[in-house]
Formats: sequence, C-alpha cells, structure tokens
Amino acid sequence: MTNKLISFGAACLAATTALVPIETAAQDVQRGGTVVIHVSSEQRTLNPALRASTGVYYMSGKIIEPLIDISYEGYVPVLATEWSGSDDGLTVTLKLREGVSWHDGEAFNCDDVAFSAMEMWKELLNYSSALQANLESVDCTDDHTAVFNYSQPMPLDLFVAAMPDLGHPIPKHLYEGTDYLSNEFNTAPVGTGPFRFVEYERGQYIIAERNEDYWRDGFPYLDRIVWRFIRDKSAAAAALEAGEIHESGFNGISMADIVRMSEDDRFDVGNHGYENNVAHSTVEFNHRNPILADVRVRQAIYHGLDIDYAIDTIMRGFAVPGVGPIPTAGAANYTNDVPMYDYDVELARTLLDEAGYPVGDDGFRFKLRHRPAPWGEYTQLWGEYFAQAMKEIGIGVEILTNDAPGFLNGVYRDHDFDTANGWHQFRSDPAVSTMVWLRSGQPEGTPWTNQFGWQSDEMDQMIDEAASELDPKTRAGMYHTIQRKVMEEAPVFFAIEHPFISVTSTKLMNHHNTPRWNSSSWYDLWINE
Amino acid sequence: MLVYSLRRLFQAIPVIILIMIGTFLLLKLAPGDTVDALVGDMGGADAAFIERLRAEYGLDKSVWVQLWRYMAKLAVFDLGQSFVYELPVATVLMDRLGTTLLLMVTSLSIAFSIGIALGAFAARRAYSLTDNVISTLGLVFYATPSFFLSLMMMLLFSVKLGWLPVGGIKTIAGFYTGWDHFWDVARHLVMPTAALSLIYLSFYLRLMRSSVIQVTDQDFVRTARAKGAGELRLMTHHIMRNALLPAVTLFGMQFSTLLGGSVVVETIFTLPGLGQLAYQSVIQRDMNTLMGIIFLCSIIVILVNFLTDLLYARLDSRIELS
Repeated sequence: MTNKLISFGAACLAATTALVPIETAAQDVQRGGTVVIHVSSEQRTLNPALRASTGVYYMSGKIIEPLIDISYEGYVPVLATEWSGSDDGLTVTLKLREGVSWHDGEAFNCDDVAFSAMEMWKELLNYSSALQANLESVDCTDDHTAVFNYSQPMPLDLFVAAMPDLGHPIPKHLYEGTDYLSNEFNTAPVGTGPFRFVEYERGQYIIAERNEDYWRDGFPYLDRIVWRFIRDKSAAAAALEAGEIHESGFNGISMADIVRMSEDDRFDVGNHGYENNVAHSTVEFNHRNPILADVRVRQAIYHGLDIDYAIDTIMRGFAVPGVGPIPTAGAANYTNDVPMYDYDVELARTLLDEAGYPVGDDGFRFKLRHRPAPWGEYTQLWGEYFAQAMKEIGIGVEILTNDAPGFLNGVYRDHDFDTANGWHQFRSDPAVSTMVWLRSGQPEGTPWTNQFGWQSDEMDQMIDEAASELDPKTRAGMYHTIQRKVMEEAPVFFAIEHPFISVTSTKLMNHHNTPRWNSSSWYDLWINE
Repeated sequence: MLVYSLRRLFQAIPVIILIMIGTFLLLKLAPGDTVDALVGDMGGADAAFIERLRAEYGLDKSVWVQLWRYMAKLAVFDLGQSFVYELPVATVLMDRLGTTLLLMVTSLSIAFSIGIALGAFAARRAYSLTDNVISTLGLVFYATPSFFLSLMMMLLFSVKLGWLPVGGIKTIAGFYTGWDHFWDVARHLVMPTAALSLIYLSFYLRLMRSSVIQVTDQDFVRTARAKGAGELRLMTHHIMRNALLPAVTLFGMQFSTLLGGSVVVETIFTLPGLGQLAYQSVIQRDMNTLMGIIFLCSIIVILVNFLTDLLYARLDSRIELS
C-alpha cells in the first residue's frame, strides 16, 4: 500500500507544484506557539462517532483519536495496540491502550469502545452503519480487550482500513442515557487526543490547547490550535498572505489563488498528505431515462469528454484520470487494468448513431437536464464543461442550478434529473465507500447512494461477496473484476481522481506527513519561528 | 405626540405580520429544507432517519399548518428553536445583535456626519476645484461595490502594509481585557466600517451638496443675508436646517439597505453579526433563525423610520405629528 500511495503522490507532484513535508531532527524542535487553521464551512457536530466527514476530523481529529490510524508505512496503533481476526471472520479482537485518560480525567477502557460501536458506529454513523450492519455485540473480556462479534464474516483488512475514519470511541460516561444527537459534548468534544477542547464561538473560531496528560510522552509540541471560520475564499487567501493563518486545507481557497501562491516561497502548496482522502469527480445518470439506460449512449458520452482537458483547466493539473470506483488509494484493491474511454468525438457520434439517436432538425440528438452539485469550484465548472462537451456530440444539456438541499432532493429523492455531476470521497475501502453508488436496494432517498435506478444482479452479487471475503488477495481480485465491469457498463463515471490541495506556511514543521494528515492528531506538528 | 406614537405602533403590527407571512411562504418556495441541509452536512443518512428528523422539526406537516404554528408562537414572542444551533432563536439573535448594531451605528454615524459635512463644504464652493475633487471621489465610492472595496482594503492594509487584521471581531486567543480589548475590537472594525460606510457617505455627500445649493438660492436665505445675518448663522440656522430634511429621510430609508449590506461585509470580514448569521441560515435552511432575523430587522427598520419621522417634525416646524 505504501508504495501505491507514494507513487500516487509522486505522480501528482511531478505534474504539479511540489509540497514537501519537512521532517527535522528531534533536537531542532521548537515547543509552544499557536497554529491557526482556515476552515471554510462550519460543522454542526464535532463528534466523529456521529458523523464521518473530513470536515469534522479536521478539528475533532486533534481532540478525539481513532483506534487505528494510517501512516505512509501502513496502519499504526493509536488507542488500539493490537488487532486480530478469527479464522471464520466472525470475531475481531482489539487490545486497547492502557493508561489513557479522557480529557475530563476518567479512564479510557473497553466499555467506551463497546458503547461507541453498538450505539453510534452501528446505528448512527454514516458509512459505518453499513460496515457494522452485521455487528451483534462487543464483549469486554477485560478492561482493555474488545471482541467484536459478527453474524457474517468481517474481513480484517476491511475492518482495519475503516478504523481511521469510522473507529473513533467517545466517552460512554458523557453520552450514556442522553439524546446522542443533541448531546452538549457533540460541539464541546471530550477525547483522549493531544489537544483538549477549550472554546467554540459559532461562526468565528474553535480553540483547542495542549493536553498536558497526553499518553505520548513529550507530545504535543504546540500550545494551541485555532480554527478560524472564513467563508469567503478571497478573504482566506488574504489572511494566509498576511500571516494570520498557517494552513488552508481541502481546497479552502480558489484555484487561481492556489496556483498563484504555489509560486510564493512562504507557502508549501500541493496534495501530499491527502492520499487517503482522494475523491472522484463523477457523472451520474438517471437510468430511468430509457436513452441513458442504453450502455452505448453512456459509452458515447464518456468518449465525448476530454478528461485531460478538464484536469488541466478545471483542476489546474492537480488530478489524474479516474479508472473506476476504486482510486489509487484503494491499494491492493485498485487496478488500472480496465477499459478506458479515449476522447474521440467521431467515435462518440458513431455510437450515438448506432444507438438510434441521429442528429435532429434542431441540431440535437436529444436533450438532457443536468444538475451540477454545488460542492465548490470543481463541481460547478465540471458541470459546465460537461454541457459544453455534450454539445460537440449533438446532445443538448440544460443546466439546473441548485444549492445543496435542492441538489440532494432533485437527484436522490425526487430523481428529477437526467444527468448530474458531483464528487465522491473514497474512504479507505470500497466496501464502505464507492460500492454504495453501485449496489442496488439502497434505502429510498438516501443521499450519496445508488438512487440512479441502476440495477445489476451480477454486480450486486459481486459487491456482496467481496465485502465478506476473508482472504485479502482473493478480495482484491474481486474488486479488480468489479472495477473492470463498472468501466465497461459505465453506470456512473468516476471520471477524475483528485486529492485535495493545501496551502501551508513553510513555518510549519512535520506537516502533511501522513496520508490523511488534516484528519490526524498533529501531535508532532510544530512551528519554526 | 403620544397618540401619534401609539397609532404608529398599531400600524406596525399588520405590517410585521404581512412581512412574516410573506417571508415564510417565500422561504418555503425554495427546494429542500433544513433536514436536507443537515443530511448534506452529515454526508448522507438513511431515509428513515431523515423522516424521523423531519417529524421532530414539524416539517412533515403541510406548509399552512407550519405557518399557523409559527405565527401562533410568534404572537407570544416565541421565535422557536434554531435547527442549527439547537438554542432558542432569541438567544442566537441577541448573541449576534451587538456586533451588527455596533457596525451599523458606527458606519451610519460616520457616513451621515462626514457625508453631510463634506456635502455642505462642497456646496459652499460649488463648481470649484475642491468641489470637483470631492464630488468625483463621492462618485467613485458610490459606484464601488462594498465587496470589492472590502477585498481591496484587505489587500492594501492587511496583506501589503500589515496595519490591520484581515477579519474577525477580535484577536482569537489574544485574551485581551479592558482598554486593550477595546482597541483590539476597534482595529478589527476599521475596514468593515469603512467598507460599509463609504458608499452611504457618498449618498449623503451628493444629496447634501445639491440640497444646500438649492436652499442657498431660496428667497428666505437672501432675506436673512439682507437683514445682516452672518455666514455662519446663515449656514447653521437657515440653510442646513432646511437642507437636512431630505438627508434625514434618506437616513431612515438607508437603515434597511444597510442591514442588507452588512450581510456582505460581515461575511467577508467574518464578523459574528446578524448579516453573517442570515447568510449561514439561508445556506443551512435554518428557517426559524432566518425568520427571527427578518422579524428583528423589521422591528428595527420600523422603529428607525418612526424615530426619523419624529426628528423630521423636530427639524421642520411646519410638520405636525397628527
């Protein structure tokens, strides 16, 4: 996996501006100081056991730790020190770290893990509820041993891969017997991490300060982290340039400013440290429309899109063409041995003619109503490019502009669209991320799932079998097959793979040194003044 | 005076009711509701959970039932609960009102006083070089959108010169108290206030200039001058008092547009006021909070207009409050 991640990072960096994480010897470290981070949108909750989102981990990750995290060398113990699975795949056993305290002084133990898993990860946490659907119980054989019991085999590699995002224990003593969704600690989190929560001023900032009792001796280096909410991208760029902010992550400023600041010596700009947070720019089809249900039409549309052009102009080179539902971060489950669709307008036109859609008197073969997702700069431009490219092959596209609630309703609930585009973030393992876009039978109206009317018994069976296959090698082979099948049938285009981009002050040391750095705990981050 | 005030108060009630009903229905026309926004934030949720939330917020009922329930609560000044902040809307609004009032009162005071003074000054030197410079500057500020002005000031005073902070209302984790806190807040308010006030300053400047020139030509000014009134007395007692009337009218009218302008300025400068809250509430479909902001702003605008009318009568003895 490490090789894959590093090679992906290297490929992107070679094509773009390099961001080099700076490692220094321990004796050079300067302790203290306040790091200020730009956040473009506020979160309703800071509880990662209730909401799986990089937007939440950006802040909560420093306060609430996961059981297992990921580094460039592989998965690393955090609150769990060892993990193993039974031969039949029905149990996963975790040894928990001893001598760890919650920020309020209570001891962390197995009861917290069992409570979090049964009450939140299984019931309420997005993505995790599918992962833990077969979880029957969590037994605490002692204070620091948790045994997860499943009714169906749980592949250990799937469990471990999911833990960095979907395995954050929260303190049972602060949640038990309360309404979990409105619990006051959702916005004043208590964790075991290197920083403890201090203050949340809505619309302004969040402050966390050093946890003096942190279990890693000598850490963290910083005194304090401040997250500043600045919605206006130009204002955020100005704050970075004025030195008021040390980092803006997750494409927090405009692409034009990102490119400009990549030439400024005061900043490291790039996508290193996001390898585990890659996303796909997608095109989704409403398969209820008989025209789009025809695979030749979808293939023609794919041939009509100049992916390289879109990467160069929209993503400014910070992306690579997608090769199906599993990105390079999918490690062993990823393959690029799949059918691809070269940009070929003539071939696209021929395919459409063969499918029975000749150009009409008005110059169009047919017309589509397209909804671009309002998820920021990329998706709006990607939607506009889609409309422009389709015109070249004789397909008229009417763009339906909407905000987030309008998009979610229009696509996922009311199916009031022909095509749509957005992006979808990969989460370590296909079973807990992109497969929900392909598996039929998703609960009606559930956002970011297959509400596209696409149904394939063969695909459903392959997805189910891969999710419960215990042998990692066999499992990887199954996902390769799925990936090839998706590229052949093209029910959804996972057209462009792009990690996020950070602009970081060169004063920060040890930044972007893990593949999910902005979600990690930053225990070793320091400022070189 | 008392009868007039009471009558104005009773007239305001149906106005506010109509505003609230109209706003409620308009907001309901937008696709999606707060649950959709919440689910979007959550990165997805299953349909049963979505329905449960919708029932919990009363959003599963018809628009008319929701409207009736809202208005019934409003009748006893219950603005409901913010879906986003999970706090009473009144608490959320009171938390933000101070910043917006501080910004608006400062901006309007600067715009009004300097605009009036510059306008009168330019009028007394009408068609001179000084007048032309002042009028041209007024025209430039009048034509410059506040978001552009905000960003340009940020670029100059924060990025290039490093004199002023980029945004926020105070230095985060600065932990200032007393006068240090006062100066810290003042520094943070310089650019937002300038961005908001310059356009209104140019309104007053242009209006006052033409008004003073017009009044100066009136017979009663000529008569006063013939009777030996000095230039200072002429200006303060005869010209300004009459020339101010349209400016006072504009003051009342501008208060509402200033509230609108604060949405842009507060968002760019990340000021925790009602404007920024309104923007976020729209994005997050926090209906109750948005309705609360409209309610509060309606009251403020009606109140300011009422005070403007009182001031109008005070300035012009021909006007009777009856």
